[in-house]
Formats: sequence, structure tokens, C-alpha cells
Amino acid sequence: MKAALRGALIPVAIVASWEAGSRAGVLPRDTFSRPSDIAGAAVHGFADGSILLATWQTVEAALLGFAASAVLGVLFGVILGLSPRLERIVGPTIDALRPVPAVALIPLSLLLFGFGLQMEAWVIVFACVWPILLVTVASVRGIEPRLLDLSRVLRMGFSERLRKIILPAALGRISVGLRVAVSISLVVAVTVEIVLNPRGLGYGMIIAQQTLHPELMYAELVWLGLLGWALNGILERSLARWPGGSAAALRGRP
Amino acid sequence: MSFRTDGAIHSVLEDISFEVRDGEFLCIVGPSGCGKTTLLRMLAGLVKPVSGRILFHGEPITQPGRDRAIVFQDYSKALLPWRTVAGNISLSLEACRVAEPERSRRITSLLAKMSLQASARKFPSELSGGMQQRVQIARCLAQQPRLLLMDEPFGALDALTRQNLQDEVARIAAEQKATVVFITHDLEEAIYLGDRVIALATNPGRVVEMIEVGIPRPRHQLETREDARFLAHRHRLFGLLQGER
Repeated sequence: MKAALRGALIPVAIVASWEAGSRAGVLPRDTFSRPSDIAGAAVHGFADGSILLATWQTVEAALLGFAASAVLGVLFGVILGLSPRLERIVGPTIDALRPVPAVALIPLSLLLFGFGLQMEAWVIVFACVWPILLVTVASVRGIEPRLLDLSRVLRMGFSERLRKIILPAALGRISVGLRVAVSISLVVAVTVEIVLNPRGLGYGMIIAQQTLHPELMYAELVWLGLLGWALNGILERSLARWPGGSAAALRGRP
Repeated sequence: MSFRTDGAIHSVLEDISFEVRDGEFLCIVGPSGCGKTTLLRMLAGLVKPVSGRILFHGEPITQPGRDRAIVFQDYSKALLPWRTVAGNISLSLEACRVAEPERSRRITSLLAKMSLQASARKFPSELSGGMQQRVQIARCLAQQPRLLLMDEPFGALDALTRQNLQDEVARIAAEQKATVVFITHDLEEAIYLGDRVIALATNPGRVVEMIEVGIPRPRHQLETREDARFLAHRHRLFGLLQGER
């Protein structure tokens, strides 16, 4: 509790001096909205449901894109990790595609899918799949060869090997890729919305800014920060409980 | 025998020809680099010989099988760190399609056999090296193998733990009339445990001597090691392996 209070010291000081500066006329109100105005905009936005709807639209796209990239990235990562021969064939193509900035695909995605959830999710998939794929390939490669020997001696089939040896052995490290990807998914979702997709918090922010409601833009900005923090926290917790995740690996270590 | 890795053919073992009798405890001793481990991996079916052949009950060994269990030297790497001791033993039984409640019953009896009851719910990282090796042995026994392969299983353990485990493995092998191929670089361990000892020389790995130990069981850490036959075998093998260097 004491630590939390100490950690809150700087944010509280900033907000207080911001409010004071604004009231004293030092900070221009049309660019630096007063914290009290921002709080008012937030209360209003939550009360009429507009912020919650936008939040749902952004989170929906981010999670859909993230989930699809997790499935694709882990699946192909395991396959490529287990087969160096296949990796030598596919690797150069991956290396060529990976540096393409995901946001550069926004026009193409719009062309293919039109406005809405689907185009946004696809751009997110393109951004998120690479870190998951690469980390998965590396962690499957890094599995202790003895454990693979063991699965051969026990004559495990592919699915049993995957469930009981490969995934639990690699998941501790794959989770690093997943955490990176979940942050990216939110960044890309908001970017697509600010640039052109008329939905979600990003769209809400750009409209608020253009219609001279900076206080609403600030409110949504703060809310987005909290959202990103929560998403990351939820993922971290659920992965820690996974067998072979960081918690299980740490358990019992002196 | 030679085997293939990454396209190149290594001739590691040459002129090796021996039989393992049913119910026999066969020790293979040799200096490091003589291909002992490769030989054992071939018996397990993990490495395929390019030339030469290995027959197991009349059938050539071409792939691993659950009727052959292998105890790896590096126990800390061969156990699943995310499973408890009981869970690690359970892995073999799951692979052998042993269903509940039979599985739990077998786990309990294996835990008792290897004196692991108190550690059933612990994770491998919470156990000492000797205990971890016990878990690996229990997991191999769970397969109910016709052939138990052991690759320098006690090489990394302290002397006292090693002696205890030697006696336990000897006891279990006798109880179950198990066929064991045991690899070690320790002459005394080979003579102490084996019904027969095969000595390998290096470059290329080849059989230089095969002795019948002929010391009655059960053996005893002090008396057996002072037995005249034990000392004679030790002298003979020591001379052979030294002469090779």
C-alpha cells in the first residue's frame, strides 16, 4: 500500500500542477484540456455508452487479430521449428514479408474487405504473427533433445508429442512472443482506426480532436493506456498458470 | 557399424559383435569416445546403423520401441520439469495406454519400489540428482521393458549415492529377471554390477575383451570388491584399457 502511494506521487503531482497551470492561464485550454474537463468528458462518455461501445470495437478487433495470429504463429512455428528442412524453404519468404510495415497494408486491406472489423483484424494479424512465429520456431528448436528422444522411445504420436512434450516445453518462451504481440495488436487497432476505419477508440479520438473536443480525446487516451495495461496483465496471469510457464519453472527453485 | 549424421558417415564402431542373453546384466565399459553411447542409442533405435545390424528377439532394430527403455545419463534434462515425480512416471504409462485406476496403482507401486513415496508431488527441480535418477529409472520400469538400457546412469552422482543406486538397480534387475545393458566408464562399477563385462577400445570402437564375472549374487559393496575374482577382473581390464591409450 505504501509502495502504491509512493508510485502515485508523480502522476498526482503532474495532474495537480496541470490543473493549476490551466486555471492560472499558463496552459492554453484548447490544446491542454483541464484535467477537470477531461474527467467530465470521461463521465459523460461512459454515461452515454459511447466510450464503452468504442472500447468494445477496438478490443474486439485487437483480440480477434491477436487470437488468429497466436493460432497461426504457434501452429506454423511448431511445424517450422520441428522441420529445419521446411524452414530453409519457407524462411527466406518470411524474412522478405516480415519487414513490410503492417500499417502499409491498410489500403490493401480496405480494398479487400471494406470498412469494418475484418479489415482491421487482418492488418493486426499481419503485425502480430511474426513475433509469435519467430519466437515459437526458436523455442521449439531450443527444446531439450533428451525430451524428444524420450517421446520417440515412448512411441508417442504427433498429437500426444505436441500436447505432452513440445507445447509445455516451449510455452514458457512462446509466452514472451505472445506478450509482445498483444501490445502490438492494440497499437495497430488504434492506428487503423485513426487512419481510416470508422469505429473504435482510435476513430473516437480523431473525431474528438477534429471537432474541437480535446478533453474527450484526452479522456480516451488515458482510457486506452489503462486498457493496454489490463490486457497485458490478464495475458501474463493466464500464461503463468500454464504448465511449463514461468510460474511452474520458477516453482521450487531455491 | 557406422551411422549417418547430416549426410556424413561416421564409422564409430567396428567389429563389434555380441549377444545379450535373456535376463542378463551386461556391462559395457570403455574410455570416453569409444562409441558406448552411440552403441546404446542404436540398441534403443534412436540411431540407425548404416552398415551392420542389430537383432532384438530375431527382428532387426530400426526404430525405438516401448519394449526397450533407456535411462539417460543427464537425468536433469530427461525429466519433464513441469510434471511432478508421479506425473513423470505417469508419462510412460500414458504412452503405453495404461488407463486409470490401473495407472495410479502402478505409479504407487513404482514410487514404493524406488523409495520415492515422499516425493510423489514434488517437481524434479526440487530433488537431488540421485532422486531425479530414481525417477527416471521408475519411469523406465513403468514401460515394463524387455530390455533396459542404461547410459552411465550414475556417472554424475556422488560416491555414496552411486553405491546405493547400484545396489538398488542390481536388486530390481534380479527381482524382475530384467535384461539390462549398462554402460559405464567405471571398471569397478561394471564388474560389480555385471554378469558379463565387455570392454571397448577407442578409435575405432571395438570389443577388446569379454569376461564372465562369475561372482555370486547378491553382491556386497565391501566383500565383493575385495573378492579375489573381482580384483583379478579389475587388473585384467585395467591393463587392457590402459594399454589402449
